[in-house]
Amino acid sequence: MDRAKRIPESGVEFLSGNEAVARGAWEYGVHFASAYPGTPSTEILEAIGESYPEIGSQWAPNEKVALETVAGASFGGARALTAMKHVGLNVAADPLFTLSYIGATGGVVIVSADDPGMHSSQNEQDNRNIARAAKVPMLEPADSNEAKLMVGEALEISERFDAPVMLRLTTRISHSKSLVELGPRRAVEVKGYERNIQKRVPIPAHARKLHSRVEKRMLELEEYGDGSPFNRIEKGDPSLGIVTSGISYQYVKEVLPSASVLKLGMTNPLPWKLIERFIESVEKLVVVEEGDPYLQEQIRARFLIPVEGKERIPIEGELEPGIVRRGLGEGDPAQTPFVRAEVPARPPALCPGCPHRGAFYALSKIKASSTGDIGCYTLGLMPPHEALETVICMGGAVTVLNGLEKAVGREATGKLVAAIGDSTFIHSGITGLIDMVYNGGTGTVMIMDNGITAMTGGQQHPATGFDLRGEPAPRVDFEQLCRACGVKHVRTVDPHDLQEMEKALREELSREEPSVIITRRPCIMIGKPSGRAVARLDPEKCVSCRACMRVGCPAISFVDEKPEISGLLCYPDCNLCVQVCPTGALSKDMEGAR
Amino acid sequence: MKTAAEVTNVLICGTGGQGILLASEVLSGAARASGMDIKKSEVHGMAQRGGSVTSHVRFGSRVFSPLIEEGTADVVLGMEQMEGLRWLHYMRVDGTLLIPDIRINPVTVNIGAARYPDVEAGLASRNAPYRVIPALAIARELGNTRVVNLVMLGAASTLMPMIGEQSWMTAIERRVPAKALGVNMEAFERGKACL
Ligand SMILES: Cc1ncc(C[n+]2csc(CCOP(=O)(O)OP(=O)(O)O)c2C)c(N)n1
Repeated sequence: MDRAKRIPESGVEFLSGNEAVARGAWEYGVHFASAYPGTPSTEILEAIGESYPEIGSQWAPNEKVALETVAGASFGGARALTAMKHVGLNVAADPLFTLSYIGATGGVVIVSADDPGMHSSQNEQDNRNIARAAKVPMLEPADSNEAKLMVGEALEISERFDAPVMLRLTTRISHSKSLVELGPRRAVEVKGYERNIQKRVPIPAHARKLHSRVEKRMLELEEYGDGSPFNRIEKGDPSLGIVTSGISYQYVKEVLPSASVLKLGMTNPLPWKLIERFIESVEKLVVVEEGDPYLQEQIRARFLIPVEGKERIPIEGELEPGIVRRGLGEGDPAQTPFVRAEVPARPPALCPGCPHRGAFYALSKIKASSTGDIGCYTLGLMPPHEALETVICMGGAVTVLNGLEKAVGREATGKLVAAIGDSTFIHSGITGLIDMVYNGGTGTVMIMDNGITAMTGGQQHPATGFDLRGEPAPRVDFEQLCRACGVKHVRTVDPHDLQEMEKALREELSREEPSVIITRRPCIMIGKPSGRAVARLDPEKCVSCRACMRVGCPAISFVDEKPEISGLLCYPDCNLCVQVCPTGALSKDMEGAR
Repeated sequence: MKTAAEVTNVLICGTGGQGILLASEVLSGAARASGMDIKKSEVHGMAQRGGSVTSHVRFGSRVFSPLIEEGTADVVLGMEQMEGLRWLHYMRVDGTLLIPDIRINPVTVNIGAARYPDVEAGLASRNAPYRVIPALAIARELGNTRVVNLVMLGAASTLMPMIGEQSWMTAIERRVPAKALGVNMEAFERGKACL
């Protein structure tokens, strides 16, 4: 909270796109914000929680809950914001599509942070298509300053046109920093709640009227977009006209500073009159956009003219200046002065001391494996464990195991557990567990409770006992929750107690009834190590059997037929390698360890 | 060398947990204190779990792209040897690569699926101008292996004359926690003396 004092009222600050959105929420009078973490959106709510106590902010169990809560706040006349990664909007799509009909009383901003290039995601979906399908206005900033300004613009549009507004970021906007002009917080009143059943209960009779209003609203917004300061023509050489938006604008300016550019900041609906004017002013039209041919196809369909775009700029992956340069036929393609070196990949790995390592070690040791889910523990797929075989989306571990059992019976549930993290279980694992019990499944769910949402950098959730601001909060009790779902066999183990871990897995996998194993041990990000112990090798006792290498710890490498332990990387409170060494060659003085 | 009117590109690379974000924050802060426009890109999420990490920093009178184009980096600042080689193709022909006396095996090497390359041979075969900075040795002498990043940054600072002495000091003071300020300042100075 003392950081709140450190971000000044005015001046210029160097902020990431996410920090700028948080700043915008504060300056433009947002009262309430709720989100579920997800890269690259996570830091928006973190920054609000850390720096802007005037905004009520909280972590939600998932994105649907966050958006619905934000909708409720808007019904009460408050300005409200939610933020999520692109796939989070799939989870929140149900409320989104109908909130589009119902509209917004207090302004509603829905931040969708897409991840072209899949830096930290399982797909590359382009959520501009969702804004269009849901018929909600959408803004796309090209840097941090615009990200801040567009929060204000989104709130204005939301209240004026009675619509939730999507603010679409991408990884490169969220996680790049640029200079932002700061201003004070505007005083905005909470309007209060007034009942309006026709508007907020979309039974078919009401919804038909609401739908008409939505269609009319989108036409009005087209006109509004023609005059919006965020849509602008930058006149240049008329032989080539480039239509672009978001981060792609920066690459175009970098590569072809002299071209005529139509920079679109509001990309749903499109400002057709402005686009027409631009088309008339240039000889040839090229669309430079990351992801799908969202602008290209709409412009082509509208004017029935040749528009180049995806013929030059790839659909797949993230853009960068070189790709845009080559796409526009500028400069030497892919010639760098120093030839790219092929060096070994450095894939991410479970950290030294990670609690999940014990569980995956035990699974692979008994030749079992898992249907998986999304989180740090997805890394259980990596060698040497290779003990995670499926992932779809959050919550999918439990349900996929249920489905597999329907297909192949105990062949699946005797060999595979559903591996799911604590945050993910809260997000959307609970319904799968209820389904398993209800429909006679016999699977074992392994809730990997490391006490935090680790993958996204360590956020609190309803089962950690703390809230967004780090204040104590009521804590979901997994054991009781699972029993209440109808699971009779619920047990908790320390995943670093390999014997117990193995025993639990063997027993529950062979049990022809639904069961839950909670593997509980804190993530190394939250636990403070109790000392500085480092595992040691007695080379006399070592028989070079490589048992320790099957732990898959980044701190252990195999040099000259013996394990070598990195003192820099070895985590004090972990002794997995010591436990698996059959000759006692590895030891660790755990004195003082918890 | 360049004037502030042009854009200077610095690519910082290494592995998760090496203090790359701090180094790029200090660099951005120093460029800003010298009155320049700046943009910077960084990696969050999955890649931070021990993966290969980069931060792009660009500064000058007006900067558009937050990403450096391949083949245009003035300085590639490696915090780990193999990572320096991995990102070499970002460097411009008259650029400089700095690497430390540090090798961190990726898991692929640990489990014997790959071999750690001979980095200096790779650099020599490409005629790449590079310097090895004994950053870990210096950091050990200073009694804190966590200041490797500031030693490297100190060395790199000698390649950026457009940023004034005072700007570096201001930026370090702003970004480094007060109790570690002394050792970080010293690390920076020792790095500077390496080139
Ligand atoms: C719908 C959706 N929302 C958010 C994310 C981002 N995300 C990936 S993993 C994860 C949570 C992981 O936490 P947990 O289940 O506790 O596992 P841990 O990483 O701590 O092992 C989140 C929020 C996502 N992939 N999908």
